Amino acid sequence: MATLNPGAPRRKPSLSKKTREALLAYGLLSPALIGLIFFTLIPVLIGFMISLANFRVVFREWVGFDNYARALAPDSEMWPSLAATITYSFISVPIQLGLSLLLAMVLYQKLRGRAIFRVVMFLPYITSTVASAAVWARLYSPDLGLINSIIKALGGEPLKWLLEDKGIFTLMGQAAGITLPEGVTGPSLAMVAVIIYTTWVFVGYDTTIFLGGLGNIPNEMYEAAKIDGAGSMQLFRHITLPLLSPTTFFLILVTIIGTFKAFNHIWVMTQGRNGTNTAAILTYRQMYEFQRAGYASALAFLLFTLILGITIFQQWYGNRKVNY
Amino acid sequence: MNLAPPAPAPARAPINNLNRANPLLYIVLVLVGVIALAPFVWMLLSSIKSFGDFSFVDFSNLKNIGKSFWPWPPFGDSAPAFNNFAEAMDRIDRSSDYKTLTGIPLFVRQFINTLGISVVTVFGVLTTSALAAYAFAMLEFPGRNILFVIVLITLMIPEELVLVPRVIMMYEPLSAEAAIGQDVLISLIPRLGWQNTAMALTIPFMTSAFAIFLLRQYFMQIPKELFDAARIDGAGHMRYLTTMMTPLAKPAIMTVGLLQFIGSWNEFKWTQLVTRTLEQRTLSVSLQNFLQTDGGAEGQLAMAVAVLIVVPIIILYFFTQQYFVEGVAKSGLK
Repeated sequence: MATLNPGAPRRKPSLSKKTREALLAYGLLSPALIGLIFFTLIPVLIGFMISLANFRVVFREWVGFDNYARALAPDSEMWPSLAATITYSFISVPIQLGLSLLLAMVLYQKLRGRAIFRVVMFLPYITSTVASAAVWARLYSPDLGLINSIIKALGGEPLKWLLEDKGIFTLMGQAAGITLPEGVTGPSLAMVAVIIYTTWVFVGYDTTIFLGGLGNIPNEMYEAAKIDGAGSMQLFRHITLPLLSPTTFFLILVTIIGTFKAFNHIWVMTQGRNGTNTAAILTYRQMYEFQRAGYASALAFLLFTLILGITIFQQWYGNRKVNY
Repeated sequence: MNLAPPAPAPARAPINNLNRANPLLYIVLVLVGVIALAPFVWMLLSSIKSFGDFSFVDFSNLKNIGKSFWPWPPFGDSAPAFNNFAEAMDRIDRSSDYKTLTGIPLFVRQFINTLGISVVTVFGVLTTSALAAYAFAMLEFPGRNILFVIVLITLMIPEELVLVPRVIMMYEPLSAEAAIGQDVLISLIPRLGWQNTAMALTIPFMTSAFAIFLLRQYFMQIPKELFDAARIDGAGHMRYLTTMMTPLAKPAIMTVGLLQFIGSWNEFKWTQLVTRTLEQRTLSVSLQNFLQTDGGAEGQLAMAVAVLIVVPIIILYFFTQQYFVEGVAKSGLK
C-alpha cells in the first residue's frame, strides 16, 4: 500500500526493519535470558522438586512433605538455629545502623580529610570475608589474641570469645557473683564476637548509603526550619529522620536479609559452634557434610519464605510510615 | 525488592557550613578510621613475623608492648621473616602432589584459578548484561514486558535458594544403566557433569539480573536524539552500543564490573561445594582449608596467605574507589 505521506519512508523496508529490530533484540537478549532461566529459574523448580524427595547424592524416593515436616517438628534443629539467626539479626541490625547513621551525620559536616575517610571506611566491606574473618579469629584467640592481651593489660579477666558458648548475661552474672534465673543467658559470647566483626565489616557500607540519603534532603528544608528557630536536635528529629526514612527502611531491609543469609564469616570463625549455628549455616552443613539435598532444599525454602515474609511486612509497614 | 531507592544525589552543600568543625568530630573520625584499619595493619605485621615473635604478646610493660606489635628494631632485634610467604606456599604444596607433578606451586595455580574465574565472570556478566540492557532500553519487540518481568523475578531469587539444585545440575549425567528405572521427573533434571571444573565456577554466574536492571536504567537516561544523530552518520545498533552507549555508561559498567570482580574473587560457598581437587580450588577455599591445618597452628603463615588474597583487591580498590563509593551511595546496591 502506498503511503500518502511523502516524507515517510517507504512501507516495505520499514516492515522488514521492524522484524529486523525484533530479531536483533532476541539475539541480544538470548545469552542473558538463557543463563537466567537455566541457572536461576529452573533450579528453583528443581529445588522444590528435590525438597519433596529423599535425595542423597542419588534419588531414593519421593517423600512428600516429610522434609518440611522434619524441619518443622517441635524437636527439630531448625528452631534453635532460627533463634540464633534472629538473635544475630536483631542485635546486629540496630547496632550497625545506629552507628552508621551517627557516622554519616559526622561525615556530612565539612570536615577536612573526609574523602580519605570514606575510602578507608569502605575497606572492610570489599575485603574477602574469609580472609578478614581469619584475621579476626586470631584477634579473638583466647591465649595469644590481641583483644585478650588488651583486656589483661587493663586488669580484666581474659575471655574465651569464639570458643565461649555461655551467654553474656550468664558471664556477667558470674563476674558479679550473682546467680541469674534459669534461662536468662543472653546471646553466647561467640555470637557477640561474630556481631562485633559484622559491625566492623558493614558500617562503612551502611554509612555510605546513609550519606547518599542525606544528600537528597533539600537544604531549603533546613534553612526554613532554622528561620523558624529550630535547634539542631529539632532539625534532626523533625527533618533529617523523617526525610531519611526511605533510605533507613531500605537499609533495614537489606541488613536484615544480609544477616539471615550471612555465611562465610560465621563458617570461618566458629563453623556454627557455640550458639552461632544460624539457619544459613545449618542449611549449608546439611548439604556440605551430610549430602542431604532434599532436607537442605526444604530448609532453604523455609528460610526463603521467612525472608519473603519479612520483606513483605517491611514494605507494607514502610509504605504506611515512610515519608516520601 | 526495592533496589534503587535513593535517587542520584546531586552535590549539595552540607547542612552545617561549619568552617571550624568541632574537634571532637575529628577524634571520632580518627578513632573509627583506626578501628577500620587496625586489623589490616595487624595482618600485614603478623605476616612477616617469625613464629616466636607472632606468639610473643606481652602488655605488662611499654617495651614489650612495642615488641608485641613490632619485634624488629628499634623495639626488638628480630629480622622481618619475609620467607613466611614462601614457607606458607610450601606448606600448601605439601597437601598434594600437584607441585611434584607439574612443577607449579599449588598456591600459584589457585591464584591463577581465582584471577581467571574473576576476569572471565566479569566480562561474561558485562557482555550478556549490556546486550540485554540495550535491547530492553532501546529496541521495540513483541514480548518485551514479559521478558523484563522474567528478569525482575530472577532478581528476587536469592542465591541460597538455588545452591543445592545447582550442585545437582553439576553432577555427571546418568549412565544408561542408571537411567533405567530412574524416576521420570528426576531424569528431567539437566546434569552437566561440570563438577570440579572451571565451567562450574564461571558459566552459571555469567548472567546477572541485577546488572541488566542497573544498566538498563542507565541506558534509558541517555537521550534518544543521540541515537538518531548516530543513525544519520550511518551507525547501526551494535556500533552505537559499542562506541557511544558503553563509554557514556562507564560509571555504571565500572560499578557492576568491580562489584562482580570482588564477589567472584571472594566467593567461597559454591566453590567449596563443587570442587574436589585442590588444583581446581580458589584462594578463599584454600585459605579456609589452610586454617584447618598448618595455618591454624602457625598463625603467621595463615596471615601471609591472607595478605596474598587481600592485597590484590585492595590495590584494585584504591585505583577505582570513586566508582565504588559513588556507585554504592547512589544506587543503594549490594
